[in-house]
Amino acid sequence: MEILGLYHYWVFAILLMTGFYAVIAKLNLVKKLIGLSLFQAAVFLLYITMGKVDGGTAPIFSDAANAVFSNPLPQVLILTAIVVGISTTALGLGIVVRIKEEYGSIEEDEIQEIDRR
Amino acid sequence: MIVMFGIFLLTLLVITAVAIVRTENLFVAVMLMGIASLLIAANFFLLDAADVALTEAAIGAGISTVLFLSALALTSERERTKSSRRLLSLAVVVAATLVLIYATFDKPRFGAADAPVHTHVAPWYLENTPKYIDIPNVVTAVLGSFRGYDTLGEVFVVFTAGIGVLFLLGSGAAAGALPEEKVNEGLRHHLIPRVVGRVVIPFILLFGLYVQFHGEYGPGGGFQAGAIVAAAIVLFALLEGEQRALAVLPQRVLLVLMACGPLIYGAVGIAGIALGGNFLDYSPLLSDPVKGQQLGILIIEAGVGITVTGVLLSIFHAFAARGR
Amino acid sequence: MNGLAQHLPALQVVVPMLVAAFVVLLRPRGLAWAACTVASVLAFGIAVELTQVVLGAGPVTYLMGSWPAPYGIELRVDALSALLLLVVTGASVFALVSGRQSLDAQIEVERQPYFFAAWLLALAGLSGIVVAADAFNIFVFMEISSLASYVLIAGGPDRRALPSVFKYLIMGTIGATFYLIGVGLIYMMTGTLNLADMEFRIHAVAEQNPILAAAGFITVGLALKAAIFPLHVWLPNAYTYAPHMATAFLAACSTKVSLYVLLRFDFFVFQENLAGHAFQFAAYLMPLALLGILVGSAVAMFEKNVKRMLAFSSVAQIGYMMLGASLVTVAGLTAGIVHIFNHALAKGTLFLAVAAFAMVAAGVRLDDLRGIARRMPWTFGAFIVAGLSLIGIPGTAGFVSKWYLISAAMELGPAGLPLVAVILISSLMAVVYIWRIVEVACFAKAADEGTSAVSVSPALITIMWFAALANIYFGLVPELPLTLSGAAAAELLDHLP
Repeated sequence: MEILGLYHYWVFAILLMTGFYAVIAKLNLVKKLIGLSLFQAAVFLLYITMGKVDGGTAPIFSDAANAVFSNPLPQVLILTAIVVGISTTALGLGIVVRIKEEYGSIEEDEIQEIDRR
Repeated sequence: MIVMFGIFLLTLLVITAVAIVRTENLFVAVMLMGIASLLIAANFFLLDAADVALTEAAIGAGISTVLFLSALALTSERERTKSSRRLLSLAVVVAATLVLIYATFDKPRFGAADAPVHTHVAPWYLENTPKYIDIPNVVTAVLGSFRGYDTLGEVFVVFTAGIGVLFLLGSGAAAGALPEEKVNEGLRHHLIPRVVGRVVIPFILLFGLYVQFHGEYGPGGGFQAGAIVAAAIVLFALLEGEQRALAVLPQRVLLVLMACGPLIYGAVGIAGIALGGNFLDYSPLLSDPVKGQQLGILIIEAGVGITVTGVLLSIFHAFAARGR
Repeated sequence: MNGLAQHLPALQVVVPMLVAAFVVLLRPRGLAWAACTVASVLAFGIAVELTQVVLGAGPVTYLMGSWPAPYGIELRVDALSALLLLVVTGASVFALVSGRQSLDAQIEVERQPYFFAAWLLALAGLSGIVVAADAFNIFVFMEISSLASYVLIAGGPDRRALPSVFKYLIMGTIGATFYLIGVGLIYMMTGTLNLADMEFRIHAVAEQNPILAAAGFITVGLALKAAIFPLHVWLPNAYTYAPHMATAFLAACSTKVSLYVLLRFDFFVFQENLAGHAFQFAAYLMPLALLGILVGSAVAMFEKNVKRMLAFSSVAQIGYMMLGASLVTVAGLTAGIVHIFNHALAKGTLFLAVAAFAMVAAGVRLDDLRGIARRMPWTFGAFIVAGLSLIGIPGTAGFVSKWYLISAAMELGPAGLPLVAVILISSLMAVVYIWRIVEVACFAKAADEGTSAVSVSPALITIMWFAALANIYFGLVPELPLTLSGAAAAELLDHLP
């Protein structure tokens, strides 16, 4: 379990930075938004990982007596965070579509070039 | 066994993430994003987060893919240039990863029942949900009542995204009447999708309603239900064409749904004040405070479901109508 | 307190939020603006009432859903919150009441219900952050205000707003996500999300590394949103190409609220619990503050677009606030906090004047404003008064903050002299860029006298002068902001060992 726990945190770190790399290094606006989604998904993994209890189950009461439950609070927080993430993505995509219409391109360097003229 | 499976899923996730970043074809990247969401959802399920797994699957793998594909249809499918400042970004990113990994060694052991997160607020929720609210799903109890104010904020985030996209892209109906020849026929000429769709869509809607009202007893709730119902209507729009989907739920109705959801939520909160409690206190709603809590959660989840359906469909129609 | 009065902290947020949902449904022309303005005025009234309560009786707390903290979400309004509520709601009222004509010119009527709903949501989001006492609640309202701000900025007719707002969206979301990671790390080590509870429980934490990492993430995330140098790059373009009234509103308050969260977290949660954090805070943030002041003012001197000039000036002003805070003394904090109030007055008035100029002139570049002083003497007069306040001439509000900041720096003894030098040099730079505008407006020959029949609405001129005179009033009678700032500084420092 020790390895699995540490592995979860390492995957969080790698996923976070992969998404972050896509956001800062890529020039295509849609690619940036995809990277942003990855970036946020990594954070979800962090929160849910910390909520797990050994031998626990989902925090829903059932007829089983003396059940051990995993922590409900991180799940609540991440439910909210997922919805916030999709809202940001939707708005970002709306902006990208408008940029394409106004500039004819969704590559950051081309847009800056057009604005310079 | 579970350990091996967990490691396997996480490794697949990392490989998919790297593939997403490296591919130049945006369509491929979006599809891989859907796969990554499903892998994350499976992981959430292994980590006992059933509600979150359902939400991630419905929203991350479902709605997010639809939105990205709609946007790609209006922009372009291939990434044109290679990345910029590659070495610098790579250096920053690798350094940051090492720092993060270093910080992981001091964290509480994974799964330890005596970690700070499990000893303070969580046991209170688990103990007091049967006492004050008496519903089986503790996550819904916390989401709907104990931390209901956060959920109100969340509904308004969704609402803001909806009005933002409508503001930027205009509501579909406002784009003007379409000339007859350009009427979108969807996949009407393809027999198999139509037949399967007609059989499956009612069940999807039924499942959405089930998820909406069973959020108190099992994984589910307003957000997931809203996403599922929206997905069913989107499927209908894809199969039968935009116009028929808009005939079923016109833009005006969607706008009313979008606005009424948060208003319903807020009204329940104000009712709490009017009946003597604080904002979003459901106990005074009925004579029995426990029943009052349950009623309150039921109503606000309905408000949430209505908002999410309205917003996701408005956004979809805004994208779909733009290309003409 | 009785009746509705005890629910004020909740109503401060709920009133604009619910009216926003309602505004979207309003079809008739102009009704959206009216509803938005009424809701803003109500919010301002609530803020004034809360300020009086806080000044009289001390901090106010409120339990959402009547659940006890830390299990439920708690709201808390103290002196610092009250000051920021006044700034946020005040900026909204000023911009809306004066802005009908400017907004009608820049935003099509069919889209106005969405725009004004977004405005109210930005107001609700910013208010929600300020009254919150729960770390995750701050995140949710931070996202409401951010998403709404993106809509406001993208609303203008200039297409360059779109890439600017996209950049803001990317950087803002990274900032919010960093904040979320930091909160997650703290939650992992303490098990709570309530700020007061966090402060209490962080003592018992043995391993400092995750807490340090959390402090780092939260600081960087909030610095991105507060446009602290060098993470300010999204601000100039976003403010330049937004509709003029949206710039007036956002420039007065939106970055200050992120600064507020940074101060809260740092002084309430981190300072006493991380060894040597006070020193680290000063060591890392003071140089950045100084650089922000110098770079912001320097670039502003060479800018040709008046809005972008003022935007870079804002980067410098945020540097002043950070400088005051990084001194970690009562005087320094008071100076930094009172500057939040005074800068909002000065910058808000300046942007209102620019909006008026934009209605008559062809654009907002320096070239477009040639000779504008003769055509619009009233507007130009208000611009001058606000400009003097920005520079910090005695008798204006800006002077009060600079005076306090210099006194606080002098308290450091000889080590404070470089700080005083930076403050004086940047004030001289402010003189330069304000003078450039004055020179072009007064002495340059107008491009063409043009038959611009547009006359600025009396509402705009009145509110602009009201704001300009407020600059002078609070320069001569600064009791209110100083009392609030002093109380806020005392409270922040109270939490240090």
